[in-house]
Amino acid sequence: MTNSSSPADNGTAGSPWQKSIDLPSERGASKLIMDDLLDKLGQHGWPSADIFSIHLAAEEAIVNAIVHGNKLDESKKVHVECFVSPTVARIEITDEGDGFDPKEVPDCTQDDRLDVPSGRGVMLIQNFMTRVEYSEKGNRVLMEKARNE
Amino acid sequence: MAHYRRIVVTNTNDVAIVSFNDKKILDEASIQELGAELFGLVEQQAGGGILLNFDNVEFLSSAALGKLITLDRKVKASKGKLKMCNIRPEIFEVFQITKLNKVFDIRKDAGDALKAFG
Repeated sequence: MTNSSSPADNGTAGSPWQKSIDLPSERGASKLIMDDLLDKLGQHGWPSADIFSIHLAAEEAIVNAIVHGNKLDESKKVHVECFVSPTVARIEITDEGDGFDPKEVPDCTQDDRLDVPSGRGVMLIQNFMTRVEYSEKGNRVLMEKARNE
Repeated sequence: MAHYRRIVVTNTNDVAIVSFNDKKILDEASIQELGAELFGLVEQQAGGGILLNFDNVEFLSSAALGKLITLDRKVKASKGKLKMCNIRPEIFEVFQITKLNKVFDIRKDAGDALKAFG
């Protein structure tokens, strides 16, 4: 696991915080970055509703990368890059899997799919973040939240 | 009397009121355990009422939603009734986005929900 934080930042309010980390492809690994990310959003004065949105989107995307992307293969990593300023939070997540086409994910809000127990993560990410972009291969997602005032 | 780790169950009339021990329901192992406890409760209640009180819950992931959907199916299959209450706005937004507010019977607070059980 590699782990690097921006030397310019010590978590003080105002100066952006950046961190990149390689997560192992195992359940629960999101915690290795999530506590830090939530802490820094709080230090930068983000409102709790926005912190909830970013937390949810990051959690769903990391779990997707570990479970569906890398298929829990211990030899593969999930690379996460975070950037937090007082106005913008950006998270990029890359897995070593074959990628997927987000347009191919069935709409979980269709009446005949409402009671299917899985497949909601991608829709939640799209709704809770301001901008979401997938790489052409579909193994990398960049998501950004602009602060709601 | 069942022993639970993820939930606390109290009974009012014929309704089992469930509170959650975890503020954040997102860890896969915890969600599996939570599911097992809730599904066991459905069997115990056998057609009775179950009220999930989310008062203590600040966060839940889509994996937790999956368990709630399965729970809802099991309760309906047993001819029981499932209701939910005290859901904070951020989590209610999750239900709205996924349209699960159409599937689940969501009430404002425990008093409203208990009245609705009739």
